[in-house]
Amino acid sequence: MSQQIADTVEGDESLPRRLSATAYRHPRWRLTGLLSAPLFWLGVLYLGSLLVMLISSLWSTDDFTGAIIRKTSFANYHTLFTQPIYRTVAVRTLLIAVGVTVVDALLALPLAFFIAKVVRTRRMKYILVIAVTMPLWTSYLVKGYAWQVMLDRNGAVDWALKPLGLHGPGLGLPATICALAYVWLPYMVLPVYAGFERLPGSLLEASADLGAAAGRTFRSIVVPMIIPALVAGSIFTFSLTLGDYIMVKIVGGSNQMFANIVYDNIGIAGNLPFAAAAAMFPIVVVILYLAAVRRTGALENL
Amino acid sequence: MTLSRRARYLLGAASAVTLLFIYLPLLVVIVNSFNPSKVFSWPPRGFSFVWWDKALADVGVRHAVWTSVRAGLGATFIAVVLGSMIAFAVARYTWFGRDAVSFLVILPIALPGIVTGIALNSAFSTVLPYVGISFGLLTVVLGHATFCIVVVFNNVVARLRRAGTSLEEASADLGATGLQTFRHVTFPAIRSALVAGGLLAFALSFDEIVVTTFTAGAGIETLPQWIFNNLFRPNQGPIVNAVAAALVILFILPVYLAQRLSDGTSGGRL
Repeated sequence: MSQQIADTVEGDESLPRRLSATAYRHPRWRLTGLLSAPLFWLGVLYLGSLLVMLISSLWSTDDFTGAIIRKTSFANYHTLFTQPIYRTVAVRTLLIAVGVTVVDALLALPLAFFIAKVVRTRRMKYILVIAVTMPLWTSYLVKGYAWQVMLDRNGAVDWALKPLGLHGPGLGLPATICALAYVWLPYMVLPVYAGFERLPGSLLEASADLGAAAGRTFRSIVVPMIIPALVAGSIFTFSLTLGDYIMVKIVGGSNQMFANIVYDNIGIAGNLPFAAAAAMFPIVVVILYLAAVRRTGALENL
Repeated sequence: MTLSRRARYLLGAASAVTLLFIYLPLLVVIVNSFNPSKVFSWPPRGFSFVWWDKALADVGVRHAVWTSVRAGLGATFIAVVLGSMIAFAVARYTWFGRDAVSFLVILPIALPGIVTGIALNSAFSTVLPYVGISFGLLTVVLGHATFCIVVVFNNVVARLRRAGTSLEEASADLGATGLQTFRHVTFPAIRSALVAGGLLAFALSFDEIVVTTFTAGAGIETLPQWIFNNLFRPNQGPIVNAVAAALVILFILPVYLAQRLSDGTSGGRL
């Protein structure tokens, strides 16, 4: 139908009309036009940069001049694998990432369940979801600073616990886990909430009709069906924690995470090739993690 | 649902505690910004605007805000153009590699900032000397645009899918040229999604520190960098606190607006 009309108006010889008729008959040209610039940006500039990073991780620097020597060797990776300090920091970073993910899951599950299944009005649901997502856009540094104010010696937490004769954890690794869990929490709540919204209420009712108590329904129905959503959220909490070096500087005391190695090698040591090699650690772990969770169907829940 | 009354109350209480966990730290920052004390102390010892005034007058802060605004505008412009182009390609056409490109758009925000930062840093320091450009504000804009594309893309693609193509077909049937259809039909339909995506891209760029650190030239200091550099100087503490409180308050309006205008509750960040 529209094809016929495109043909009939061809009699009009004005340039815009001829152009749009031509464009209409050649969707491939339009598609190429639309894709060329963005694909250049993401495909060449971004993926190209990742490739340059991969290649430069095989280079080294001159010990005296600091100049980059473009000769391929696996020396950087050899150092990363053999020096015990790197292994220690890598394990610590992985544990922190697991800790952050667990804390976020424990906070997100009841909250998301409450919003999806207990709150009845659409308006209230909307308000609560917005309340959870608004902080997603608050400045990351401000959140880090907020936790410094909360947990620092004589900070707000110490002040609140004083009457009870207790004091807060202070700055250190627990504070780092807490602050990172805080920053990434909305990334966990949103997919889990969406997962609960998809969980049909009739299943829960059927389970109750068959005599299951709330705990049994939770274990046998809710958990298996919500796992893909949980895993989807964990991709963000896990991956973003692995690459974070700022929060540990703000609230972590003198502790280091793996990304600090990357940062210090660029900033202080000026060893770009070694930093590039170290930056492969979060990438490889994230890729392995994605491959491991692929089967759970989490990637469709993102 | 067949939850007992007690279970409902428990869930409600747990949710209330979590929401408190989300908002209490931000509230503490805002309250503490009115604390006249020179050194950090909690609870506040009084109420005054003295640190707000000092923060507003601070040359370093003003300079950093201006740098961040320029970087944000540049990155937002590129992200709006490129993000909506991919959104049209993904929503309106079927082609080989479409899923891969949707994934590629998300990658710069799903990978930790330090990976994007180091990658761009390696590429820039390898390629830029040949082009005759050095690290500066331009490299920051290029870096920010890369991860801002995704929010514009998510907003526009959601709108295009929801709007469908029937109005555009009707416009073409009535004899409009491609340009006229775009101006009078397609653009008005996606306008608010573009605004939402643009606002959020700007917010994302305005807040970014990691990619900035690795792509900024000497002498370029954005607001997050200023905060980070002054965070560990005890005598700058109260000014940092006032700036932080201002950011919490100033971010609410544009983000709230963007969420109203966009189709998803996260504004397209997820």
